[in-house]
Amino acid sequence: MAGYYHQEDLQRFAEVGKHAPELWDKFSAWYGSVFAEGALTEREKCLIALAVAHAVQCPYCIDAYTTASLEKGSNLEQMSEAVHVAAAIRGGASLIHGLQMRNAAAKVSM
Amino acid sequence: MSLEQCRPFAQALAGSGQYPLRPTGITVLQVNVGKLCNQTCGHCHVDAGPHRTEVMSREIAGLCLDALRSTDIPTLDITGGAPELNPHFRWLVSESRAMGRHVMDRCNLSVLLLPSQGDLARFLAEHEVEVVASLPYFMEEQTDAQRGRGVFAKSIQALRLLNELGYGQADSGLRLNLVYNPVGAYLPPAQHAIEADFRRELKRRHGIVFHSLYTITNMPISRFLDFLVRTGNYERYMDKLANAYNPATVDGLMCRYTLSVGWEGTLYDCDFNQMLNLAVSGAPAHIRDFNRAQLEGRNIVLGQHCYGCTAGAGSSCGGATT
Repeated sequence: MAGYYHQEDLQRFAEVGKHAPELWDKFSAWYGSVFAEGALTEREKCLIALAVAHAVQCPYCIDAYTTASLEKGSNLEQMSEAVHVAAAIRGGASLIHGLQMRNAAAKVSM
Repeated sequence: MSLEQCRPFAQALAGSGQYPLRPTGITVLQVNVGKLCNQTCGHCHVDAGPHRTEVMSREIAGLCLDALRSTDIPTLDITGGAPELNPHFRWLVSESRAMGRHVMDRCNLSVLLLPSQGDLARFLAEHEVEVVASLPYFMEEQTDAQRGRGVFAKSIQALRLLNELGYGQADSGLRLNLVYNPVGAYLPPAQHAIEADFRRELKRRHGIVFHSLYTITNMPISRFLDFLVRTGNYERYMDKLANAYNPATVDGLMCRYTLSVGWEGTLYDCDFNQMLNLAVSGAPAHIRDFNRAQLEGRNIVLGQHCYGCTAGAGSSCGGATT
């Protein structure tokens, strides 16, 4: 095996339901409802998914939601901003823990 | 898989009880007046460009007018290439308008700015020709990537010119519709959604107005097929089209109500079949032998490329079909 991730596996996603079909069916139905147009448009939901895909660093999701975002009419400016939102939250989440560092340092310091 | 490996399109239609595919009538005569164009777009299914010499003659154009004259077909849809570069374009337009027929011009916009076409926009307006203009996105980067460097700026200039003549204005009879094609190997967005984006952004950025926007799926033939193969996107795109087959798109397909005429006068079910040399079957296949009754009784010639028109929300010369 050349590597763990294979682009063609994206098309085989449904195979993970093979030994738990009821759970897969529930997931599929719920997933479909999540991405249907509601208070947010389909395009907005795709951009959120694209940002989350980067936050969780899932190459399958990045591939899928890059194409999906283009298919919803988004452009690279909007998609890049979405990635920056994900990166900012990840970065901010790291940085705010600096307060724990400061608290810990304060506790042991004179 | 390749499109050849997908379930035959006819089988897909049969599976939804829609085979054989028959016309509902002929309400649009779509005349492709040639492959000559001032642009060389990366997705063009006609492989049109400045180097092409295939141009419809006056004789064949006259036979198209005869077909209109002998029937009540209400609409003439002129395409190319850049149809306006055909020397008989204006004759075709003015004669058809004199017959009271609705005329559509599938316009690449930049042709309106050519020095040789200085009065073209005014001619179109005076003859109340509907302009169906290609604009794949409301931003320069995407538009130029598909249609060539500098095309976006020219397109905006041409749209302003059309707006000044009354095209696209809310209370105007001068119809200006835009055509969106994806700038790559993916399906178009929902038509209503991207139309709203275009309306907002073209107005905000450039003060441009239009009536409707049509989304059209890129067909995997000719120059776009070359792009798919060259970039390793072919199999994935074919999978996408076949997997997105939607029976609800079939009723509105253009081949049900359009007859396509090639630059040499051969008859086809659509402009895509024309580029694949798939002439009509079950009726005389040349405009000189035009027989409406026989043509309306024909079976539409199908191929694997037909998945391009039945994917997702569907795709035809008038945009989404659902």
